[in-house]
Amino acid sequence: MPGMTMTEKILAKHAGRSHVDPGENIWVDVDVLMTHDVCGPGTIGIFYEKFGKNAKVWDPMKVVVIPDHYIFTADEKCHRNVQILRDFVREQGLKYYYDPEFVKNEPGMPNPYKDPTKTNYKGVCHKALPEEGHVRPGEIMLGTDSHTCTAGAFGMFASGVGNTDAAFTLGTGKTWLKVPPTMKFMFHGQIPPYLTAKDLILAVIGEIGVDGATYRSMYFAGDGVSSLTLEDRMTLTNMAIEAGGKNGVCDVDEKTLKYVRARSNVPTWDVVKDDAGAKYIYEHEWDLATMEPMVAKPHSPDNKDTARNCSDVKVDRAYIGSCTGGKITDMIMAASILKGNKVKVRTFVVPGSTEVHADMKKLNLRGVEKGPNEKSIEDILVDAGCLVGPSGCAACLGGPADTFGRLQSTETCISTTNRNFPGRMGSKSAAVYLASPLTVAASALTGHVTDPREFVSEPIETGMAGVM
Amino acid sequence: METIITGKAYVLGDNIDTDQIIPAQYLSFNPSLPEERKFFGMYANSGVPENQAGLPQGKTPFVRPNEFKSDYTIVIGGKNFGCGSSREHAPLALAEAGIKAVIAEFYARIFFRNSINGGYLLPLESTQRLVEKIRTGDELEIDLKAGKVTNKTQKQTYQLQPVGDVLPIIEAGGVFDYAKKAGMLK
Repeated sequence: MPGMTMTEKILAKHAGRSHVDPGENIWVDVDVLMTHDVCGPGTIGIFYEKFGKNAKVWDPMKVVVIPDHYIFTADEKCHRNVQILRDFVREQGLKYYYDPEFVKNEPGMPNPYKDPTKTNYKGVCHKALPEEGHVRPGEIMLGTDSHTCTAGAFGMFASGVGNTDAAFTLGTGKTWLKVPPTMKFMFHGQIPPYLTAKDLILAVIGEIGVDGATYRSMYFAGDGVSSLTLEDRMTLTNMAIEAGGKNGVCDVDEKTLKYVRARSNVPTWDVVKDDAGAKYIYEHEWDLATMEPMVAKPHSPDNKDTARNCSDVKVDRAYIGSCTGGKITDMIMAASILKGNKVKVRTFVVPGSTEVHADMKKLNLRGVEKGPNEKSIEDILVDAGCLVGPSGCAACLGGPADTFGRLQSTETCISTTNRNFPGRMGSKSAAVYLASPLTVAASALTGHVTDPREFVSEPIETGMAGVM
Repeated sequence: METIITGKAYVLGDNIDTDQIIPAQYLSFNPSLPEERKFFGMYANSGVPENQAGLPQGKTPFVRPNEFKSDYTIVIGGKNFGCGSSREHAPLALAEAGIKAVIAEFYARIFFRNSINGGYLLPLESTQRLVEKIRTGDELEIDLKAGKVTNKTQKQTYQLQPVGDVLPIIEAGGVFDYAKKAGMLK
């Protein structure tokens, strides 16, 4: 029998089969289903409509509900939607729910949390899922969010679905999937100090296009990927969807296992590897030593160029945040460039999770607990003139009109987020350049798109940040 | 399942993402409440840049201001229709506005899946690029049995790709009805 890829093996096992081939339609058992405040209310509505008003979810321990999109807004419908999640969680007896407790059911903008360690609110679901122990090698996760593919960095099959699919899984624990063929992206060498995974994935998407991986699995491999922090690998798999990918995966190694052992709320899992004879529909290799800091120009994530080539582009604002570029290692990378300098343009910082925010207050620039007279990462960003908002999806997808950092007019923004579609960050007349946290921070200092090699020469240590 | 779909075409380009189909600011409406669901029709395709809205001339609103329904029944798209966010509000918004079918070169998979599993509209694939051939406002007739779309205004007929292995789900009206028929659900 021919060899299988990691994705094929995970799908086969969850279909109760010894072997599957790309192109087959199969029914699989789902291990974790995640929903949030934007797609949860619609999903819950379909669930009760189709399974009856007394219906129960298939397994209350396997459903994770994470409000994260529209939290810090005065829009009352958004507050109402969080209440729909709360009611559902109570009715169904769900264990894993991360409530923005500071949202009172009163009109107006909720107060941002004062101490993120004292609330159960977590922030962006894709960052919160591994933090809270819901991500494990070998499992299948579905989520009502296209960036659910992020979790593939931990060697699992994770993919985004719509409300109807999610409602079906809520009631049955199953879904149908077409087994995707796998594309293999090999990175050789060690990550140099001026590059991050964002540069790698922008190069990949630029190479294959925004539809280059449609109906396909993306496998990121090689010693170049091993050299990345676990968080940076999440940036690779996170943007698989920007090439149309069904899922993205990285190999499991000691970094993955250390994190999952410390966090998982289930004691066992399967580490799955590609077979020696696994078949790939496409292969491409890169040497990290020859790669350059990249940007995606407006208005498509595949509109690639080097940061260097875009140095004549003036920027009006910078944005550091989201599931893609709001992790603690992203914050350390940005802060290492901004330290002791002042930003020239309005620069918005949104921690990817409340844990990231807590770490920004607790850790120093080397990713270790700061001493009493030492600056925290947040101190460094604020000293540089950045505006730091509360954790959440915020302006990555525009959101309600009062969203922190939302683009409101004709302006050019350089951003660590994942999409620069027309209007994505709130204004149809705005232009968004996607880039790494290093490139965004360097550009914030100069006021134009800037290659971070102008500021970075030595490796940036991130210590234990985002590791345990 | 209707096998003949007739109505006016609304033509869009390549890589129409779901943020353009329904911008994020409207996602606070709850599609499960009928009084809110209709607003998805009002704002459908409102994120499409003006010069791309209704090709070839552009600047053609998909839904007239303050209305919930569109004059158009069929959307024509290019490559990778429905890419980006997984929001099911996208096919739902088009359906609320009155769209019965989209004909594109190919789809982003989540949009395709949502359209079929939710039974909102038919995501059909063309065998050739139609974006430059069909004009916004042209009267079309889709004959599903024959696998063809006829442009009655320009008197041209084009072949469609076979629907393929999702046909049983389309015929059932969505994944729930399909699973019931297949005996998976009571």
